[in-house]
Amino acid sequence: MNRPPDDWRLRESYTFDRNVIAEIHRAANTGVYRIRGWGAKRKMPTLDDLVFLGASMSRYPLEGYRESCGTDLVIGEERAARPLKIDIPVTIAGMSFGSLSAEAKEAMGRGASIMGTSTTSGDGGMLPEEREHSAKLVYQVLPSRYGQNPDDLRSADAIEVVVGQGAKPGGGGMLLGQKVSERVAGMRALPAGIDQRSACRHPDWTGPDDLQIKIHELREIVDWQVPIYVKVGAARPFYDTALAVKAGADAVVVDGMQGGTAATQDVFIEHAGIPTIAAIPEAVRALQDLDVHRKSVKLFASGGIRSGADVAKALALGADAVSIGTAALIAIGDNHPDYDEEYRELGSAAGFWEDLQDGTDPAGIATQDPRLRARLDPVVAGRRLANYLQVLTLETQTLARACGKSHITNLEPEDLAALTVEAAAMAQVPVAGTDWIPGRRKR
Amino acid sequence: MSGRHPVTTIDLAEVSLRELNQTLHRAQHGSFRVLNPRGAHAVACGIDSDIRVEIDGSVGYYCAGMHQKGSVYVDGNASTGLAENIMSGIVRITGSATMSAGASGGGGLVVIEGNAGARCGISMKGVDIVVGGNVGHMSAFMAQAGNLVVLGDAGAYLGDSLYEANLYVRGAVESLGADAVRKEIRPEHVQTLSNLLEEAGMEADPADFHRYGSARNLYNFHIDDVDAELAGITS
Repeated sequence: MNRPPDDWRLRESYTFDRNVIAEIHRAANTGVYRIRGWGAKRKMPTLDDLVFLGASMSRYPLEGYRESCGTDLVIGEERAARPLKIDIPVTIAGMSFGSLSAEAKEAMGRGASIMGTSTTSGDGGMLPEEREHSAKLVYQVLPSRYGQNPDDLRSADAIEVVVGQGAKPGGGGMLLGQKVSERVAGMRALPAGIDQRSACRHPDWTGPDDLQIKIHELREIVDWQVPIYVKVGAARPFYDTALAVKAGADAVVVDGMQGGTAATQDVFIEHAGIPTIAAIPEAVRALQDLDVHRKSVKLFASGGIRSGADVAKALALGADAVSIGTAALIAIGDNHPDYDEEYRELGSAAGFWEDLQDGTDPAGIATQDPRLRARLDPVVAGRRLANYLQVLTLETQTLARACGKSHITNLEPEDLAALTVEAAAMAQVPVAGTDWIPGRRKR
Repeated sequence: MSGRHPVTTIDLAEVSLRELNQTLHRAQHGSFRVLNPRGAHAVACGIDSDIRVEIDGSVGYYCAGMHQKGSVYVDGNASTGLAENIMSGIVRITGSATMSAGASGGGGLVVIEGNAGARCGISMKGVDIVVGGNVGHMSAFMAQAGNLVVLGDAGAYLGDSLYEANLYVRGAVESLGADAVRKEIRPEHVQTLSNLLEEAGMEADPADFHRYGSARNLYNFHIDDVDAELAGITS
């Protein structure tokens, strides 16, 4: 998109490139900050900057296809009467009904269920279709409390208290009026067609001490049946993770700044939070300090996970599992070339479309328009998601076996090296070919 | 404590909170009396049947949280989050409540005979709340639906960023929050107010109340379009 014109006498400004100029023109025309979906598009250190040190003489690999390499995970075995067991290390992150169509939510449930993993409700309550088709459903307790009710809470397989998300740590959500249909509005107890704001703070607790009591209340309401997660946007993951553990969480979800959103200010998406690669080691450090890492408290990492390589690297850094949102949407058809012509009519193109907030998604995913929704077959979309999850799992196992691991959570930082100094410092693994870890902490 | 079923007494000095709540969750009907709450948190939360619970003494956070169908009476005060996310039924206390009473409630009735602290009715979604005394600052923040009735005064920033909830205050309002305005009380509002006062057992003349609600100026972003205007001028 930013290829300079063929006339080499023209020199584009690095500071004021065409994206910047277009945004200034847009701001001057409208007087409103840019609101969009998707996640951060800026270049930043990612898990791509890490490589695996496959087994050779000093490590013994497992045979790639036949030898056992476990992928299961149990959450909440210490406190919950019904701990949650997932068969693969990838779960579906919370995405709201409202931002997504009912068909898309159903597809998430179908795909996750085929693969024995969990899906997650979202800001807007639990959809009956979603519960029906999700064998394992995590119910979010969000600041807005839209659609929250005790019946749905009790029907969940786990509860996730959402403090923040990677796309906008410290910020609340948005759902623009175009997507606030009668059904969406009814579930949220708000008028249809208005631009809905979700609160950034919970209405009935204000800090970690309160959160501890809140989690206790939730456990009492569900008779201590299911595990409770705490989700934070990656900003200060060491302290946030430690406080979540102190508050009694069975799992902590740390969402890096690449994490997607259906609608928020562009300035938030691109300029708040820290990358996933930097967040995981800090969260792990907190869990290790409290002696719960890979024990009673599980760590989920999310934000920009795309491939089995990403999954394996996140696990090697110390996460127990990952969550995906944007990648799951892509798997069921978001930004598919089949809709390129329609994306262009919307002023974008397949592969670039980010206006999930507008409700005009040609793929029928991020929309409430019945005509567009009809394009998404939840059964077919669920199969696509299951296939994608299968590939992620197979790729993760392939890398784990190559590192000699009989279970994917046996991956460790010693299996990794960094290709850049920044990645080495953030991930706290050595620069490739050296034993140098910039900023290594004394333990 | 009258009724067809005998009253079951549960003493929190002798049984654990978990035992109490699980007993209440299992019960389909009947009346319960809870002794020695001693400020415990999460007392009688998650009730989901038509039972009656009387609590002798003050309670901590989240008493009657996510309440549904039944009734809970507290003879004392309550701390943060009294009847948070109540969906139906009644929760009533004789004393005062601290922060976030009735927060995000989707239905039912909460009656506080004394005062309520900050954020009373925050994010309410259909619950009716009647407060015999005053409410603290930021009450009815982002309140979506339902009615908040205050027989005393309201603290600063009442109804900040609220949606379609109705706020009725008999006394003074220190200040209104963003997008909150004083509104006309029409006959249907007088009727609603009368009904709520009667249901809550509060004696007050609806004519003494003022109604506050949303100016609805924050419902949609205001998006300018200078380019279109310029195009219109030049064409």
